[in-house]
Amino acid sequence: MADAPDATVATTTDHEAAAGSSASLATGKPVSTPNLTFATIKHGGDRTFRAGAYAAAAIVVLLVLFVGIFLAVIATPSLRHDTVNFFTSTQWNVGTDTLQFGIAGLLWTTALIAVVAMLLAVPVAVGTALLITQYVPGRVGSTIGFVIDLLAAVPSIIFGLWGLKLLGPFLGPFYDWLQHVLGWIPLFSKGVESTGNVLTASIVLAIMVLPIVSAISRDVFAQTPRDHIEAALALGATKWEMIRIAVIPYGRSGVIAASMLGLGRALGETIAVMIILSQTNTPGINVSLFAGGETFASKIANNAQEFDSPAKTGAYIAAGLVLFVLTFAVNAVSRIVADRKVS
Amino acid sequence: MSTTTTVLAAPRGGRRAKDGLVRVLVYLSAILAIVPLAWILVSIITQGLPAILSASWWTQDLAGTTDRRAGGGALGAIVGTLEIGLVTAVVAAPIAVMGAIFLIEYARGSKWARVVSFMVDILSGVPSIVAALFVYTLFITLLGLGRSAIAASIALVLLMLPTVLRSTEEMLKLVPDSLREASYALGIPKWKTVVDVVIPTAFSGIATGVILGLARVMGETAPLLILVAYARNLYLSPTSSNMGTLPTMINSGRNVAETLPGYERVWGAALTLIILVMGLNLLARGIARASRLKDR
Repeated sequence: MADAPDATVATTTDHEAAAGSSASLATGKPVSTPNLTFATIKHGGDRTFRAGAYAAAAIVVLLVLFVGIFLAVIATPSLRHDTVNFFTSTQWNVGTDTLQFGIAGLLWTTALIAVVAMLLAVPVAVGTALLITQYVPGRVGSTIGFVIDLLAAVPSIIFGLWGLKLLGPFLGPFYDWLQHVLGWIPLFSKGVESTGNVLTASIVLAIMVLPIVSAISRDVFAQTPRDHIEAALALGATKWEMIRIAVIPYGRSGVIAASMLGLGRALGETIAVMIILSQTNTPGINVSLFAGGETFASKIANNAQEFDSPAKTGAYIAAGLVLFVLTFAVNAVSRIVADRKVS
Repeated sequence: MSTTTTVLAAPRGGRRAKDGLVRVLVYLSAILAIVPLAWILVSIITQGLPAILSASWWTQDLAGTTDRRAGGGALGAIVGTLEIGLVTAVVAAPIAVMGAIFLIEYARGSKWARVVSFMVDILSGVPSIVAALFVYTLFITLLGLGRSAIAASIALVLLMLPTVLRSTEEMLKLVPDSLREASYALGIPKWKTVVDVVIPTAFSGIATGVILGLARVMGETAPLLILVAYARNLYLSPTSSNMGTLPTMINSGRNVAETLPGYERVWGAALTLIILVMGLNLLARGIARASRLKDR
């Protein structure tokens, strides 16, 4: 039905288009952007298809904006009725009429777990990336890379189960030893949780972000200009000296961007942390790596079944909003670092 | 050339020791990365195998069983995982592909492409629990609907969209401009060029991206915890407020004592999930590899 008008439109514009391109040929300019000339064709199918593409792009942009706006709107009433300071309090009592909730404790545990995870993951990820790109032949390297990438395919609930049932109990004696030897440092002071503690969660998170950081580091190291590598070797550098003066300076910003990306993942990881980390009932900040606790994500997930009154739900959504802002900032920084390298 | 380098370099003492030390550390890091994977896979296969080898595992749900009573199977959870995953893919894949077409075919190099591209990066960094809370506020707080499997799917769309969009974008970039120009030269309109020339050329790459995205969302747990109630029985309707899935089956049974039959089922569910997700991953890599060979 719509075919007839379409066809006429197409024929008339085809002439225009043909005239346009022959004109550009006549003036001797190379037809470098045929897209531009033909984008002006008013074809019915074209218009619909183009609208579809623009709509899809708009959906992506709106989704991100809506996530922020919706969370903020729903959280506002609860935040207004919060009787303690939202940013500095460690209280979390939302069951009663007087709302008392603050994120200081959640923020501490979330940041501690994520930072320790990154301290463990980044050196290993960079090491694997160097091994794959600089030390072993290509075929062996891609096999090792394939195996490490498989780690990214393991669902987080499986990591959680493994950390809870196998890794935590396995590391128990090592934790006892660490507390015995380094207990005078607050970070290693005696905690209440033997296995379901911050350190176990950090180690599991480190393994989860490892493939992300490793894959990106591998890509940037592989792009190190051959000239730089050969120049360093020709000057008599050992392999490590070559890596230090050629590969690492070239890949540094890529590794930083990858680490920020991994940090974003670690901050927001929910289910593995929720399963592994024991909840503690004592409010306040516990500095020890051997304490339990809750992160933003695990707090929300642990209480998912208790979203019954709007005031209560609003408190958890406020925590989710802070997590969103936090990951947004970390990812934006990652993106900026990555972009700076290109320009 | 290599002999002269060796003679000139001939690192001695401290430099040589440092070089050797780094070599050891680099190999050690690969071992540190691979050991956990092997440990996870071996332990889940050995502990999960007994459960999934029973015939009822694939044909029955958990109706009528408890953690103390053996029998039943994971059919409800398997169907739930597949169904929620497929609904997610059906919604997310077209939006992702059209978004990538916008970035590459319509807005390449423009200001809007940069804005959208930035938002895709941000969306891919949104934690799954935040995506779940967003859908909760939209569906349940604002629209007054209850929890449902479809709400969980919508939250998973937010997670699948950026990964598929990025991989599709990379594939469309690889399609040579000469193909597009040849098509335009024949007078074929732009949309037909995209549908009949660009997408078929990039198809295997796009399919790989969709399958990898599907594998990722099938393993997600957090949105399912918040947006749909776990059920031991088989539920088929996507609008049902209860639906069992493999991740939530593992979660609900994680504290079952080791001596009970329910404990074995938790590992069985973990193994089933690994088989499903790893199978999809290997399938995607297989498609990618096959199409690369064809190109040569």
